[in-house]
Amino acid sequence: MATTRSSLSTLANATFAALPRPLHPAAWWGWALSLAVVASVTTNPLLLLLIVAVLVLVVTSRRGDSPFARAFRYYLVLGGVIIAIRVVLHILVGLKTGTILLFSLPELELPSWAAGITLGGPVYLEGLLRAMVEGLRLATIIACIGAANALANPKRLLRAFPGALHDIGTALVVAVSVAPQLAESVVRVMRARTLRGDHRRGLRGLRHIAIPVLHDTLERSIQLAASMDARGYGRRDHATPAAERVTTALTLGGLVVAMLGLYGVFTTVGFSVLSWPLLAAGLLVTWAGLRRAGRLVRRTAYRPDPWAAPEWLTVVSGMVVVAAVLAVRRSTPDALTMPLEPLGWPALPPLAVLGLLVAAAPAVLTPPPRTARAVPRTREPQEVAA
Amino acid sequence: MTLIRLEDVTLTYGDSLGDELAAQPTLRDVRLQVEEGELVLVIGPTGSGKSTLLGLLGGHVPHFTGGLLRGRVEVAGRDLREHRPRDLADVVGVVGQNPLAGFVTDTVEEELAYAMEQIGLPPAVMRKRVEETLDLLGIAELRHASLRDLSGGQQQRVAIGSVLTAHPRILVLDEPTSALDPTGAEDVLAALSRLVHDLGVTVVVAEHRIERVIHLADSIIEVGATGTVRHGSPAEIMADARVAPPVVELARLLHWSPVPLSIRDARRRAARDGSALPSVESAPVESPRPASTAVSAERLVVRYGDVPAVSDVTVGFDTGTVSVIMGRNGAGKSSLLWAIQGSGPRTSGTVRLGTPGSTVPHRGDPADLPPAERRRAITLVPQSASDLLYLETVASECDQADAESGAAPGTCAGLLGAMVPGIDPASHPRDLSEGQRLALVLAVQLTGEPGVVMLDEPTRGLDYPAKAALTRVLRDMVVAGRCVVVSTHDVEFAAGVADRVLVMAEGEVVADGDPHEILVSSPAFAPQVSKVLAPAPWLTVDDVRAALVEAGASR
Repeated sequence: MATTRSSLSTLANATFAALPRPLHPAAWWGWALSLAVVASVTTNPLLLLLIVAVLVLVVTSRRGDSPFARAFRYYLVLGGVIIAIRVVLHILVGLKTGTILLFSLPELELPSWAAGITLGGPVYLEGLLRAMVEGLRLATIIACIGAANALANPKRLLRAFPGALHDIGTALVVAVSVAPQLAESVVRVMRARTLRGDHRRGLRGLRHIAIPVLHDTLERSIQLAASMDARGYGRRDHATPAAERVTTALTLGGLVVAMLGLYGVFTTVGFSVLSWPLLAAGLLVTWAGLRRAGRLVRRTAYRPDPWAAPEWLTVVSGMVVVAAVLAVRRSTPDALTMPLEPLGWPALPPLAVLGLLVAAAPAVLTPPPRTARAVPRTREPQEVAA
Repeated sequence: MTLIRLEDVTLTYGDSLGDELAAQPTLRDVRLQVEEGELVLVIGPTGSGKSTLLGLLGGHVPHFTGGLLRGRVEVAGRDLREHRPRDLADVVGVVGQNPLAGFVTDTVEEELAYAMEQIGLPPAVMRKRVEETLDLLGIAELRHASLRDLSGGQQQRVAIGSVLTAHPRILVLDEPTSALDPTGAEDVLAALSRLVHDLGVTVVVAEHRIERVIHLADSIIEVGATGTVRHGSPAEIMADARVAPPVVELARLLHWSPVPLSIRDARRRAARDGSALPSVESAPVESPRPASTAVSAERLVVRYGDVPAVSDVTVGFDTGTVSVIMGRNGAGKSSLLWAIQGSGPRTSGTVRLGTPGSTVPHRGDPADLPPAERRRAITLVPQSASDLLYLETVASECDQADAESGAAPGTCAGLLGAMVPGIDPASHPRDLSEGQRLALVLAVQLTGEPGVVMLDEPTRGLDYPAKAALTRVLRDMVVAGRCVVVSTHDVEFAAGVADRVLVMAEGEVVADGDPHEILVSSPAFAPQVSKVLAPAPWLTVDDVRAALVEAGASR
């Protein structure tokens, strides 16, 4: 046993547990989206809770100390709120099914055009559990997005944004940076309001807070955009304005066509024959536009995030769990659902559990993030003569 | 070599209809040349077009702001007509007033690299330049730190570093020290002087507090109120500039010529003709005036999480007194003011308004009063004063203030008119100058006739005339029997207004007493006049002028 452990740790040391460095943001996104895919195909509460546990484990052991990393728990809170809303909506207006009666609310008759909606009425355990499980599934998907945000700094991801879409890139960076400041500014203005002896609530009160906050946010956004501009964001050395316009038109036009194609692929209405060719053509044109832009914009990366073994490991661990769950769905589809009619305990398919354990591997096998050392005090307390 | 060349430049922003031809030009017929390696100081009253002139150098004006540019602007041989700010990024570095608002990334190191990434420098060059810049600005130990966690002075040095890494030939700074405490400002200015002397960077810097930079300047550009521009040597411009630092005002008062620009020169000059100065015996004598405590705090503690902002402060403020609180950024000055006013958080301790038998009407704890009643007893003008304004016109803000305070209609407008006459009541509060906006907020806050008035960093962005006006307003309030408490970094302003100075450090009051005693003896807080004329006890040019008049009368 001891030898196994030591050889395992040697392996880990040799391959993965390298010097602290942030993982490539795309690797975390790939991993988190894989888990989101898994969450979307199952209603088995045990598996969903296991996914959340894996997310929490990896986030707590591998997040950095950016403000985004600190925001993970808000995603969890949001998930809890979603479950609660789902349950309350089910009790109030949901279609109640089942046999085990929990309690009964006075039922309201609705006119015939609102058939299918029952206000109040008897609440059954099965229906309630279904609402909870469905809420849990959505909450898990949201937690996956939150984990990706916490593990991969969105600003680092934005660095890879194609320079051809200069204006959109500026808008995205400004949006990502200004959102936390918006919250700060709301707190400040609300405090300032009490100084004027005004703590009106409702629409009028909202206006008194919203206007200074919006002024403030707008001003900051403009300052940030100006700063990015002054520091050369989106500069092109040899491009003429006409060439830039062609590039932007190609990229945006291609994206629009690709979107139309994508819409066609996912819906059955309309131009379904054309959708795949449309998607392909759109992607091709976008690619051409981005390539052109890549040649016009000369940009380099300072200490770029490498794509090495830990990145592969992270992405592959995500793929493994997707494959495992898909295999379970093929062999025993019932294991992925919550048995409601008749009510029973959810199954715990071993293959899926094994897959999720693999997905937890990045928590130990990736390099730890670089954390800022505590900011040292640079100035000694100043001497003040009495 | 000429690096910046402006030929017959006239710049006009559109009026509200967007008609550039009808509006008054912000800059008029500007011709100037700046040579390589110079440090140029740009001065002028608020709203005179200083920022516009600086904006032209980086292409921010008119590419980003709009406006009609006539004439020709050439920066490092590039014509502004064909080059946008991003095309000038490798020759011009621009640093604004608020560094935090301009940061694009999260950590110091990434921020330093950002401009280089956009210019497309090879990674090896970037690594080397980041290290060099970290050392040059003395921020190497902060390399992985989050930008939001830094102090103001550190943030401003990072902002300078973040444009320096692109190796610009010109550095443009718009009031880089306006938000900093004296020590933080010193750090930034020391870094600047190093750049000019060691690297030969051309620096163009605008600054309200001229006394901080003037000894570094090779030449001065004065922007006049009508948009005309004068460029000359510091001595030439300072002989009759409209805005001048205290040392120059002192020289003018004592008819020194040529005008000394540094404390060192002025001290030598003062030593040479000490006879022209009034004798020390006629220095102002403090006349004790009857006062009673207007507000007092006992064992006040304010804590944010684990971090104590104010620790165990017991202090009282008297009627008829201006008390000035000084101290480093983050020393707990704002937290103390907010906690005393009652609208801010307070962890423990008591605050009491008035003393038994005093003339101050409200007693008890302001935090227990409803906000509307609280503001009639004790009021606070916060650091970002414009947070208090939300209506579209000055007139409606004034009417709203009258309604909130239950004052007679026209009270607020009257107060405003007395402080700064001539504000158009129909104008939008955001369009006012920094000083006018502060006056509006002050008028709004004074409408309720509070006995205690507190101001948090009111001098930010104010030029000398505006600060002098604020000093007069505060002195008038004191004469009317109010208690005034001001927190500020601005030593010269404090010297002019204070009856009492408190110094805070790490949430505690470390010194408290007469301004002559506290300010003169501190190396960081001593005003220029006292540095020149020490050991004489005068703090401001007005003190010296009064002493001269008195000496003349007694002769």
